[in-house]
Amino acid sequence: MLGYSMDFSLMQRVFPFFVEAALVTIEITVLALILGLAAAALAAAAKMSRSAIPRAIGTLYVSLFRGTPCLIQLFVLYFGGPQIGINLDPFAAGVIGLGLNIGAYMAESIRGALVAVDRGQAEAARTIGFSRFQTLRKVVLPQAARLMIRPLGVNTVALLKGSALVSTISVVELTYTAQRFIGSTYKPFEIFGVAALLYMIMVYAVARIVDLLDKRFAIV
Amino acid sequence: MQGLDFTIVAPYWDLLLTGAWWTALLTVSAGALSFVFGILFAVTVLYAPLIVAYPVRVFMWVFMGTPLLLQLFLIYFGLVQIGIDIPALAAGIVGLGLHFAVYNADVIRAGIVAVDVGQTEGARSIGFGKWQTLRYVVIPQAIRNTAPPIGSNLIALLKESSIVSVIGIAELVHSAQQAISETFRPFEFYITAAALYYILNLVLEAGLRRFERNVEVSR
Repeated sequence: MLGYSMDFSLMQRVFPFFVEAALVTIEITVLALILGLAAAALAAAAKMSRSAIPRAIGTLYVSLFRGTPCLIQLFVLYFGGPQIGINLDPFAAGVIGLGLNIGAYMAESIRGALVAVDRGQAEAARTIGFSRFQTLRKVVLPQAARLMIRPLGVNTVALLKGSALVSTISVVELTYTAQRFIGSTYKPFEIFGVAALLYMIMVYAVARIVDLLDKRFAIV
Repeated sequence: MQGLDFTIVAPYWDLLLTGAWWTALLTVSAGALSFVFGILFAVTVLYAPLIVAYPVRVFMWVFMGTPLLLQLFLIYFGLVQIGIDIPALAAGIVGLGLHFAVYNADVIRAGIVAVDVGQTEGARSIGFGKWQTLRYVVIPQAIRNTAPPIGSNLIALLKESSIVSVIGIAELVHSAQQAISETFRPFEFYITAAALYYILNLVLEAGLRRFERNVEVSR
């Protein structure tokens, strides 16, 4: 690289700090994932509701959160929140912001899977006397669950990488730590290498979990 | 807790619109870069000799597995380190462009593989060279078939372009921050910026739908 020599001992020295920061990234991702899944399930149910008001609310939520940048959503919540009486520390704002953002994308993944289950399945269940809820619970959801795993996995990987954004509201996670070390060492390649390695291990772990779930729920 | 007052936005409207204009410009230029390099990476990974293809594959793998924000820091601070001093705007365009080029390449590569072998055989049998076959027969079909996912990558790019505000590029988020530093009204300005993004998003989506319809008709 144009005479640039990598300082591997630096990478070794900073590694422990980055592992600690990666744990914060994992923590944020897991919490935001739980919140996101809950928001997504509600939003998907609302969008598929028979009454107009929940449908409108669900549609509005998905459209607004998918139609604007996650960064702005975090800024509105963290910097704008106090103006409307919401005072959150950076970590909480990060989790809530990321969770609500990914929830909108996950709602579409869930809805897509539900819609993809053949209509005949629900019709048949209703014909043999299943209630609407029973039909959803016993017939449609088990089939849709398999179809959701991959898209929700893609959303989760996006969430994991997107969690870097909370560094802008001063949550000390992996990207924040990398930025600080680049600033203090002027060794961007080494620092990037360490942070990238940890991100890729985490992305790989998520992909493996998704693979396992996919196998676990496979029909054949 | 202070009351909300959106009239505060009015004097800064020009600043915000300028920011939105730069966001659009960033999206278009980084989008073009991501398209061209998407094709280049896809073709390299599929057809170039291993010694070239392998580094590109590793690059794609790293850029798909790491956050854009981190990549921007690498490009912005890394290039200076190796003696290439480029302005923040260029670093932002290159960062966004390369990040999404990798996603486009992934889609286009799958598109190229999916083009029927008969197309290549047909072109070759009427005397097209390997390169000509790729250039005039395979790639155009691959891109046409992958237009929808490339379009969604462009929509993602529009939103992700907000991230380049952290390296000081004067786009929409940065304009809002500038106004906030004078007024101390983050809620009003970030909501207004969000609304502008939403509008840009709608315009882009409408444009893409129209483009896709045209592609549909022209086959």
